[in-house]
Amino acid sequence: MARKLLLENAHIEGIHTYDVYRKNGGYRSVEKALKTMSPEDVVEEVKKSGLRGRGGAGFPTGMKWSFIAKPEGVPRHLLCNADESEPGTFKDRYLMEKIPHLLIEGMILSSFALGANQSYIYIRGEYMYVLRILEKAIAEAYANGWLGKNILGSGFDLDLSVTPGAGAYICGEETALIESLEGKRGNPRMKPPFPAVKGLWQRPTVVNNVETIAAVVPIVNEGGDAYAQIGIGRSTGTKLISASGNINKPGVYEIEMNISVEEFIYSDTYCGGIKNGKKLKACVPGGSSVPILPHYLVCKTAAGQDRLMTYESLADGGFATGSMLGSGGFIVYDEDQCIVRNTWNFTRFYHHESCGQCSPCREGTGWMEKVLHRLEYGHGKMEDIDLLWDIQRKIEGNTICPLGDAAAWPVAAAIRHFREEFEWHVKEPKACMERNYGLVAEKTFEPATA
Amino acid sequence: MAEQTEKINVTIDGKTIAVDPGTTILNAARIIGGDVVPPAMCYYSSLKGSGGKCRTCLVEVSKGSEKDPRPMPKLVASCSTPVMDGMEVKNKTSERVNDARHGVVEFLLINHPLDCPICDQAGECHLQDLAFEHGLEKTRYEFKRRTFDKIDIGEYIKLHMTRCILCYRCVYTADQLTNQREHGVMKRGDAAEISTYIQNALDNDFIGNVIDVCPVGALTDKTFRFRSRVWYTKPMDAHRDCKKCSGKAVAWMIGDEIARITARKDQFGEVKEFICNECRFDKKEKTDWVIEGPRHIDRHSVISANKYEDPIPEHTPLLNKA
Repeated sequence: MARKLLLENAHIEGIHTYDVYRKNGGYRSVEKALKTMSPEDVVEEVKKSGLRGRGGAGFPTGMKWSFIAKPEGVPRHLLCNADESEPGTFKDRYLMEKIPHLLIEGMILSSFALGANQSYIYIRGEYMYVLRILEKAIAEAYANGWLGKNILGSGFDLDLSVTPGAGAYICGEETALIESLEGKRGNPRMKPPFPAVKGLWQRPTVVNNVETIAAVVPIVNEGGDAYAQIGIGRSTGTKLISASGNINKPGVYEIEMNISVEEFIYSDTYCGGIKNGKKLKACVPGGSSVPILPHYLVCKTAAGQDRLMTYESLADGGFATGSMLGSGGFIVYDEDQCIVRNTWNFTRFYHHESCGQCSPCREGTGWMEKVLHRLEYGHGKMEDIDLLWDIQRKIEGNTICPLGDAAAWPVAAAIRHFREEFEWHVKEPKACMERNYGLVAEKTFEPATA
Repeated sequence: MAEQTEKINVTIDGKTIAVDPGTTILNAARIIGGDVVPPAMCYYSSLKGSGGKCRTCLVEVSKGSEKDPRPMPKLVASCSTPVMDGMEVKNKTSERVNDARHGVVEFLLINHPLDCPICDQAGECHLQDLAFEHGLEKTRYEFKRRTFDKIDIGEYIKLHMTRCILCYRCVYTADQLTNQREHGVMKRGDAAEISTYIQNALDNDFIGNVIDVCPVGALTDKTFRFRSRVWYTKPMDAHRDCKKCSGKAVAWMIGDEIARITARKDQFGEVKEFICNECRFDKKEKTDWVIEGPRHIDRHSVISANKYEDPIPEHTPLLNKA
């Protein structure tokens, strides 16, 4: 039976209130950490756990924490990135909505480990009702002595507050988040200096995802080693997956990072198979910005091994035949879906969300959207496909922040794996308005022989 | 006393130079000079925080440093990447850089109106020079270009947002040279526009400098608009006693008349001493100024090709034969 570490108690009635949460073992880890551990011990446990950032990049959290600069007399800050805006990702909202105290508990532990006395949760403006839930929970935590001055008599002070964004995907980029929190326009900063050295108000800052911070709670409770037992290789612990698309049971699932993609899609414990008995066409395993996988590469890697729900296995084969775990926004497409339309939709999003600071992303995303729109509506030309390839190639890697890459990757992957469908849109302008390309011949992956 | 720091070596396109630690690749390249200097559309050495945005100055770091010789995986913005000891940088010698720069120029031009024939900046426009050096002859963009209405910001300055490449230089200028922040960027993505708060007039003694820092024709001088092509005017170094600024400027003359006044720009097109609005807009009589003599306009600008300084260039074979 799969273990749940974060959502174990999510089904309990009233778990969002302090009393119920506390009765079910809430804030146990804070007692343990503040009474028996030093901040360094907490960092050590997180390092041992092998926890990796759950926001998308998968950077080891313990290592990120150990990079924070500790100049004498300069306050440090912990920021929680709750600006979850990636299409297909909604796990943080679920967690904050159901068990807000888990995030607060994680914030106390993480702030203690980093020596931060003022921490912030930056939440996307569209989650205003979640903000109310969090604010209520924070007030309860203050009232019960888990926040404020001298928590549990340990001498550790912590103030925590929630700040809403104003509706920008880009503010999920850590330096843009910091700018926005400072009250400025949410443009990403140039790096270096990294936030660990100069972040919020030029002070050392760590920015972590909601799920990452929540995962510190079970790590402190059960120990880093026990946490590292779960999962495979460098993908330790459990991961929240937001499953959506043409599946029977969309929703947020907590998985141990050792199950196969096939099990995740077809097992009744998770997605419950493709809706209406249709066939799988493609899958975006980690949120809209990661490369799309065609059906023959979803359950098996190019080498013919079972693909697992881990950072490594999903990335197996690089971008040529693999993808990324990303933020865990698992989108499934059945045989009726149009990849060109889907790519256009994603690109429209990135065009809308580009901050406009650096030229390749500002101009390139809009251009790609227009070309894809033309293709989708039957006005495309064959050269458009190569043009799209060229535009994405010139955006990728040449921008200040990863939004440029995030806009380029889905386009590149769609052309790489579904070029025939793009060509069909050009050749059959009428047909592409009336029906979708569908799932043509059953294709299996043939490794290139050279 | 600051400690004498040891200089570090950096090699750009095969040319090695010793610079102070903390120098950016772009500035090291500018010390070497010539072909190794990457173009820069947004970086402006005297404006704090500028740079990193236009991506035209991307270079390839083929060797990180003596200590860590690994190459950097991505191209880096040379204006904001400090050099390391033993670093090796490729600018024009890198295929990747040329390709990326090609892309950036194309991106900058897709929404640019290309109205050079009626633009006052033509002839001294950095985008024109950049496109001349790195651009394509034909555009691959077949959609409607983004347009904005022209706005008067204040008595002297016209904002032509359609031409803007969002380098943010004027934003930093307005922010750092003037007392109150009155000028910024609104909206985002390709809808972003330079604007004053609810179309407020910019009213400040030094605000005219936004015209000089603008690399394109987005901000133009209303006292000079449409009076002459810049290459028909003669640049003369001139100065006057001014209480507000250094009074050192360039007077652009048509015959005996002063057509416009600008600040003095160096070979990289950057103003070193900003001038005040009074000098720039109000002192247009020859008697207001002490004319020092012809000004040398450097680098690849179209005006540097004019025959003003060197009436019969030696390398013009047709003229020499005659």
